Order: sequence, then C-alpha cells, then structure tokens
Amino acid sequence: MARALGGAAVVVLALVGCAAQSESPTGINDPYEKTNRQVHAFNKGVDEALFKARPGQPRTVDNGFVRSVSNVGSNLGLPSKVVNSLLQGRPEPAVKNTFRFLINSTIGVAGIFDPAGSSFALPETDTDFGETLAVWGVGEGAYVELPVFGPSTERDAVGTVVDMAMNPVGQVLQGADATAASSARVAGKVADRKIHGDVVESILYDSADSYAQARLLYLQNRRYQLSGQEYNDAQAWDPYADPYQQQQ
Amino acid sequence: MLRHGTPMLTLTSNSNERGLRRGVGRRAFLRGGVALAATVVALPGAASALNDTQARALIGKAVDDVNSAIDSGKTGPELYALFENLFVKYADVPTIARSALGVASRSASPAQMAAFTTAFRGYISRKYGKRFREFIGARFEVAEARQVKTFYEVRTVAYLRGQSPFEVLWQVSDKSGKDLFFNIIIEGVNMLAAERTEIGAMLDARRGDLDALIADLKTAG
Repeated sequence: MARALGGAAVVVLALVGCAAQSESPTGINDPYEKTNRQVHAFNKGVDEALFKARPGQPRTVDNGFVRSVSNVGSNLGLPSKVVNSLLQGRPEPAVKNTFRFLINSTIGVAGIFDPAGSSFALPETDTDFGETLAVWGVGEGAYVELPVFGPSTERDAVGTVVDMAMNPVGQVLQGADATAASSARVAGKVADRKIHGDVVESILYDSADSYAQARLLYLQNRRYQLSGQEYNDAQAWDPYADPYQQQQ
Repeated sequence: MLRHGTPMLTLTSNSNERGLRRGVGRRAFLRGGVALAATVVALPGAASALNDTQARALIGKAVDDVNSAIDSGKTGPELYALFENLFVKYADVPTIARSALGVASRSASPAQMAAFTTAFRGYISRKYGKRFREFIGARFEVAEARQVKTFYEVRTVAYLRGQSPFEVLWQVSDKSGKDLFFNIIIEGVNMLAAERTEIGAMLDARRGDLDALIADLKTAG
C-alpha cells in the first residue's frame, strides 16, 4: 500500500505542478478526439456484445436481485469514499458513509440490503479521487474516453487509477476474500449498467453521435457534481439573448 | 457507459443553504430593480413581468400534469400524445426547436422552421415519453425560484423509488408572450445542450440537408 500511495503521490504532485488552476471549466476540451472516438467504438462494441438488451427484452432490468448485486458492490466502494472525503477535508460525508457502511454491512447482510438509505436517511455520498484532485486544485485536463471505464477527463483518469491502487477493502482482505470483494464490485457495476439500461442504451444506440452525446452528458454531470451547481450564472445559456434566435 | 448511470446527487445541507441564501439575496435585489423599471417604462400592452411566484406556479402545474399523465396508465403512442400536449402547453417549443437547430436556423426559411418545429415537437415527445416509465411513482417537490439573466430558474427535487433525491431545474421565461419553460437541467445535464448536440449530429449525417432532417425527425425518437 505504501508503495502504491507513494507512486500516486508522485503523479499527483506532478499534476498539481503542471495543471494547477482555476475557475470551473466550461466548454469541451477534446484534443484527443480521434483516439477517443476509436476507444468509444471499442467500448460500444464491448457493451453491445455483453450488456445490450436483446431484441424484445427490456433495456432496464430492475428487480430485487439486480438491486442486491448493485448494493453489495456499492457497499464495498464506501471505505474508499470515506478516505477520499477525509482527503478533501470533508468530515461530514466521511462520517455518514462510515455509518452507512457499518449499518449495511451488518443489519443489511453484507450490503445486500440498504437499511441505511431506507430507514436511517443515510444515502450514499458519491465521491472519488478525481474529486479529491479537484478539491486540491488540479485542473480538469482534456476529455478522454478510457477503455472499459468510459468517459473521463485527464484528472478523473488519474483519480480512477489512484482509487484502484488505494482500495482500502483490498488492503484489509487477503487472498480469496480480496478476489471475492473485487468480483462483487465488478458485478455491482454490471448490475448498475442494467438498472440504468434505458438511459445508457438511449445514449449509446439511439443518438446520432453517441460519442459526442456521452462526452457532453459526462462533462456536464461531472462538473455539476464537483461544483455543487450546474454552472455559474454568467455562463447560463439564455436562448432569448442567443444570436440564433433572431428572426429573419 | 456513463460512469454514474442515471446521474445522482446527494443534496448536502451545506450546498442547499448556500444556494438559498444566494438566491434570496439576489431575488430581493432584482425584484426591487424590476419594480423600478416597471414604473419607469410602462410598456403598452405588455403582460405583467414574470416573477418567482408565477414561475413556481407554472412548474407546479406542469409537474402535476406530468404526474397525472404518468399515473394515467396509458402507454406507447397514447402516452406520447399526452406528453406532446403538455409540451405545447408548458414549453416554449419554437424557441427550444430554434435553439436545438443552432446555426442552421439562420439560413432556414420560415416554412422550413415551421416544419422543423412540428417534427421536433413529436420527436421530443416520443423520445422523452419512452423514458417516463422511469418516473412511475416519482414525486417532484417544487422548491425556490430565482432570477438568472432574463429568466427564472425553478428548482424542484425529484424523489424516485430506491434512489437518492436529485435536483431538476426548470428555466422559465415570458419572452414568448406567455410564461413557458425552455430548458430542463437534471443534475447539471442540460436538455437544450443535449438536443443541440443531437440535432447537430443528425444534420451533419445528412450533409446539412435540413429537409432530409425534417423528414427523418418525423419518425425519430
């Protein structure tokens, strides 16, 4: 763990050094578009082969079983979110996610059920190392689409790698248990893919340009998540003041 | 392939309070400004200027109607027709359509714009009507409204089965002569921008042929 974190620290310091900024980013910065589009085509092929609903089947699969698989996966992701909240200097979500993890791991039977969310008003506070980097002042960087992981930015790509290296659950568990935990997390991601099947497949298979659509939606939602608001008012889009709105 | 699937947000009490404080301050200030402007320039025939109460009332009604449409048990084309009616009733469809078409709307003839707007209306109703299954059993709570530039932004909180509550913003303007919404922003994801990307890509795929786009839009969605 020490080595992984040491490596991460080097990467992070390098990033902070070269990319320190600034205001909340706007617009689309995509200098690697050509490569990104190739990765997108690959990802879409993988999704089509493994997860896309077969003709006549519903896109969204949402039942007790799928939910419990998803719950187990996200429960195992909580310790890493606690660490990230602490690195961000945000004790409140760290405490909440800690209680959530303790309740769902015990009363919730290893995270199969979600009593913390349904009975204790402790929904998951989502965060990751990409957000930690943002809090530390690292700039967003260019848009990138990662193989398998999908839409990301340079900052979030580093965050994804660090989150995997840090993985507190993997540090505690040994051997077969660690493998089981990793498998449960992957299964949880697959379950999430099916629970949100309508949204994912409408973007991937119904859009005229699924790459551009996924890029836009990812950046908008990610920036919203990181800033706590969708934009600042000066950048609000007012179609009534828009040049395209002028009547001829 | 979006990492977060349906975008989700946990509303922290901190950001809410911050949002409220900021909203109230600006609102009070702007209300004063609007009142002053209204006494100085009494525009002949102009409807009373939009305010936050009217904006909230409009979205409250729209949300109620959407809820009854979802609860009606109708599906398929029947449900899409219901949504199309609501879209026409509560949204500034010509402005949304023009904005989605972007630069190409400058060179479009009035007849093309009219045909595009009608086709776009049906397309939106089918596209989002399909997705409304996800909202069965959902509850929207209308929170505060605040002024942004020339329009009002009404914040609602959506409560969906088995999910953390999330924020849906409705942007409302009276610039069309009526109080209508022109954009919906779900957790930062902006409908107007998404449709501008989509329509732009469709137009590119047809080498900029607007008539071909209009013809295909009649069945798309």
